[in-house]
Amino acid sequence: MAKHAALSEKFIADEPRTDWHDETLWFVRQKRDKAAHGLPGWEQLRELASQIKNHTLSNLEKYLRQFEQQAKANGITVHWAADGDEHNKIIHDIIRKHNIEKIVKSKSMLTEECHLNEYLLHQGIEVVDTDLGERIVQFRKEPPSHIVLPAIHLKKQDVSETFHKYLQTEKGNNDPQYLTEAARQHLRDKFIQSELAITGVNFAVAETGGFVVCTNEGNADMGAHTAAVHIACMGFEKIIPKAEHLAVFLRLLARSATGQAITTYSSHFLKARRGQEMHIVIVDNGRSKQLGRKDFRNSLKCIRCAACFNTCPVYRRSGGHSYHTAVAGPLGSIINPNMDMKANADLPFASTLCGSCSNVCPVKIDIHEQLWKWRQVVVAEGYVDASKKTGMRGMAYILAKPGMYRFAGKMGRWVMRTFPFMINNKLNAWYKQREMPEVPKQSFRDWYLKNRGK
Amino acid sequence: MRVGLFIPCYIDQFYPQVAIATLQLLEKLGCNVSFPLQQTCCGQPMANSGFAGLSKGCDKNFVKNFSGFDYVVAPSGSCVLHIKEHLEDQGHPKEAERIRNNVYELTEFLTDILKVQHINASFPHSVGFHNSCHGQRGLHLSSMTETMLPAFSKPEQLLNMVKGIQLSNPERRDECCGFGGTFCVFEEAVSVKMGKDRIKEHEVNAVEYITGGDVSCLMHLEGILKRKGSSVKTIHIAEILNSEL
Ligand code: SF4
Repeated sequence: MAKHAALSEKFIADEPRTDWHDETLWFVRQKRDKAAHGLPGWEQLRELASQIKNHTLSNLEKYLRQFEQQAKANGITVHWAADGDEHNKIIHDIIRKHNIEKIVKSKSMLTEECHLNEYLLHQGIEVVDTDLGERIVQFRKEPPSHIVLPAIHLKKQDVSETFHKYLQTEKGNNDPQYLTEAARQHLRDKFIQSELAITGVNFAVAETGGFVVCTNEGNADMGAHTAAVHIACMGFEKIIPKAEHLAVFLRLLARSATGQAITTYSSHFLKARRGQEMHIVIVDNGRSKQLGRKDFRNSLKCIRCAACFNTCPVYRRSGGHSYHTAVAGPLGSIINPNMDMKANADLPFASTLCGSCSNVCPVKIDIHEQLWKWRQVVVAEGYVDASKKTGMRGMAYILAKPGMYRFAGKMGRWVMRTFPFMINNKLNAWYKQREMPEVPKQSFRDWYLKNRGK
Repeated sequence: MRVGLFIPCYIDQFYPQVAIATLQLLEKLGCNVSFPLQQTCCGQPMANSGFAGLSKGCDKNFVKNFSGFDYVVAPSGSCVLHIKEHLEDQGHPKEAERIRNNVYELTEFLTDILKVQHINASFPHSVGFHNSCHGQRGLHLSSMTETMLPAFSKPEQLLNMVKGIQLSNPERRDECCGFGGTFCVFEEAVSVKMGKDRIKEHEVNAVEYITGGDVSCLMHLEGILKRKGSSVKTIHIAEILNSEL
C-alpha cells in the first residue's frame, strides 16, 4: 500500500488544487480563531474539558455501567461490541429481524472506522449516507477525507459532475444553490422511505442515559424522526458523566470545528418515541488497548472536532486520503498505529512536530508529543526500513565520538552525504527542489581555534 | 557568568558565521564565553526519527562537554528544546538535570537572563521574520496564534532594537516552514511545498532578508530560494543583532 509521502506527492502534483485545499482549510482555522477569541476564558474552558475527560477515562467502567443502566431504564436496548466486526453484525441482526430494506445514516466516523457500509453492501444491503458531504463521497465510492468536512477535497465542479452522473443534474451547472437543492430533494425521498436510521453519538451522558448528536444539516433528526428503528453507534470514549458537562463541550466543539458558536442542531435523545425502537451500540475496537498505553491513552479524550486537521500544515497540503485510513490528520496519526501498527507505521512521521495541533485541541491532547512517542514505538517494534536504521546507527556512532566527527567533517564536509536530513537513498531528496548549502572553508571550530586560540 | 557556547553540528559545519556572530554578541554583552571543543550534536536527528535509543552516546558527550557552566547557550531553538526535554545521562544524572534547566536559546537568554534593553546594531534592510516552531511552540519564545493569550515575541523585541531595520511578518505569522528534521527528505514533496508557501508570503512584503532563530528552517528556505534564483537572502537573527553600527 502506498504510504503518506508518496500519496502526498501525488496530491501536490496539482499545485493550484493544493493551494485551494490549503486556503479553504486555513479559512476554517481562522474562523475557529475568531470564535475562540470571542469567548472569554477559552483557555480555562479547554482545561476544564480536558480534566472532565481525564476524570472520565479514569472512571470509565463506572460511567459506562451507569449509562447502560439509565439507557435501559429509558427503554433503549444497549449492545456492546468488542470490535468493528461485532458492531457490524449487531446492526445486521437488527436489520434482518425487522426485514429492513431502506436505511439512512447520518455522519458517524465510528461506522467509517468499522467499515459498516462495505459490510452491509456485501450482504446486499444498501445504506444511504445523508450528510451532504458524505453522500457526495459515497456516490464517488471514495472514503471521506476529513472527519467534519468529508468532501473537502472536492471542488464544486467535481460535485457537479458527480451529481450529473447520479442525480441527473444539468451538466456543467456548478451553482452551489442548485446542487444542494438537488441533493436535498434526493435525500428527502430517502428520509421519507427510511425504515432504519443509523446515527453517531457526540456525547453520551452517564447520569441520564441520553445522548447528543450534533449536525449542521439536521439530517440525523430527519432520519431518527421518520424511521421506525433508530440505532446510535458510539465509541466508548464518547461518555461524559453529567448533562451539565455538555455546557463545556458544546461550547468548544463547534467553535473548534467550524468557528460556529454552536452546531445548527444539537439534538438530545433520551428515549424512543411511541412505536419506535431505539438501540445503542457501544464499541471498543482497539480503544481499551489504547487506554492501556500510558503515553497514548489520552488520545481517547478526543471529541472529533477536526481542529487539528484544519491547522495542520501537512494535512492542508497533502489531503485526507494521503493518510490512507478512515480518520486522517494528526488525530489519525496517533490513533491508527494502535489499530494496525504495520499498516500505519508511516503516519507518526507525516508531521514536522510543529505543535500547532496540540495548541488548538479543545481537550488539550498532547498530539505532537504523542507523534514523537509513536515514532519511538514504531522503531522499537521494528516497523522501519533497514536502510534508515543503518543510516541512523552510522550517524549515532560518528556523532558520539568527537574525533570521528571532526575527521568526517574534514573529509569534505561529510555532512553532504551523511547528514541527518540527507540520509535517504541514492537520489538525494534534498536536492530535488532545493540547493545544497554552500560549503564554507572552515568549520566554526577551526575558526575558534585560530581566533580564540587555546 | 560562565557561558558554554553550544553550536549545533550543522551550524559548525555549514554556517560558521552564525556561530561567530553568536559568540561575538555574547562577548559584547559581557559574558565569559567558552566553546567546549569536544562537542558534536544534541542527538535530536536520531530521536526525532524514532531512534531516541541511539542518542545516548551524544547525550553522554554533551554532558561531558557542558558540565560546570552557569548557562549553556545556543543559536538554535530546536536543539535547545531537544536538550531541555530529552537530555539524560545515567552516569551523571545531576549534571544532566542542571544542563536541562540552564540551557537557553540565544534570544531567550538575551531577553530573560541578560535582560537586554538596548543593542548597538544597525541593519537598514527590509527583513521578514520567521518563527521557528520549536522556538515558539516548544520554548515559548513568542505567543502563538492558536492560543488566546497575550501577545509577545522575544526575538522581535530584540530585532526592534536594531537601527534601520524594517521588520515584517508574513500573513500566517507562525506557520511551519516544513523543514522538520528528516521530514525534509522523507516527506520531500510536502516539505518543499510548505517552504515555498512561506516564501511567497514574505515576498508579498518585498523583503530583502528572511531571518529567524533556527538555522535549520533558514537552510531549508535558502535552498528553495536559491533554486528559484530569488534575490531574497536568509540570515540568522544573531548576525543581525551583531551587525556593527
Ligand atoms: S485530537 Fe483534539 S483537535 Fe483533533 S479532532 Fe480530537 S479533539 Fe479535535
